[in-house]
Amino acid sequence: MIYSLLVLSSPFSGHCSRSAAAFAQSAIARGHSIHRIFFLDAGTLASSANSVSAQGEQSAVTDWAELAGQHDIDLVICITSALKHGMLDQAEADRHERSSATISRAFTVSGLGQLVDACASSDRLITFGG
Amino acid sequence: MSKTDKKTVLMVLRHSPYGAGLAKAAVDTALASAAFEQPIDLLFIGDGVLQLQPDQDSHSKGMKNVGRQLASLPLYDINHVYVDAQAVARYNMDLSTAAVVTRELDDNEMHQLMSGYDHLLGF
Repeated sequence: MIYSLLVLSSPFSGHCSRSAAAFAQSAIARGHSIHRIFFLDAGTLASSANSVSAQGEQSAVTDWAELAGQHDIDLVICITSALKHGMLDQAEADRHERSSATISRAFTVSGLGQLVDACASSDRLITFGG
Repeated sequence: MSKTDKKTVLMVLRHSPYGAGLAKAAVDTALASAAFEQPIDLLFIGDGVLQLQPDQDSHSKGMKNVGRQLASLPLYDINHVYVDAQAVARYNMDLSTAAVVTRELDDNEMHQLMSGYDHLLGF
């Protein structure tokens, strides 16, 4: 089955972002495919390249980095939400004259059209958080 | 974008208009969906019905007026807008002057409605 996920919650509050990453891992392990994972609103903070977890704690940011390291997976953050939350790739940092990119290379910044496409191209679209 | 087969999508809106950013994100997504010619219907439940309150003034909050954004839905051919009748009653709302025409549903009808779509998009 082809899945896409929509992640709305911050990786730093509650468990929804971690649940989404765990779901993606399990789905892949069972032979399903993940078409795309789309991050919107506070969900975009999952792309943070500079977040540091407290010792003995693991945040969803680490989970997503691990997932991206193990599988070639399309992780897309909504550009409007991303800019608002300070999540910039190099192109956006240059365009808006900010000193540096703040997101991990595993993530792509794009528009809501990617969520619409995920709806159209997947058997199931599952929302986490909100 | 793959145009192979169109999925039917019901967006479920659960948040009050200005308590979180999700109300605006939801309207943006609905409009984006319509712009890409993917059909989408809307169901407002719980606190989400407050998004339909007529004559909203968000100026003092420095936020975009969600009510006004919703008024543009028909221009995008989004014409099926459903609301949770119980929530409308709880907030004692009069939707006769709301920006969009809505149809009130009870719990059973909402359940039936939800079962009829390929995707539920929860906001």
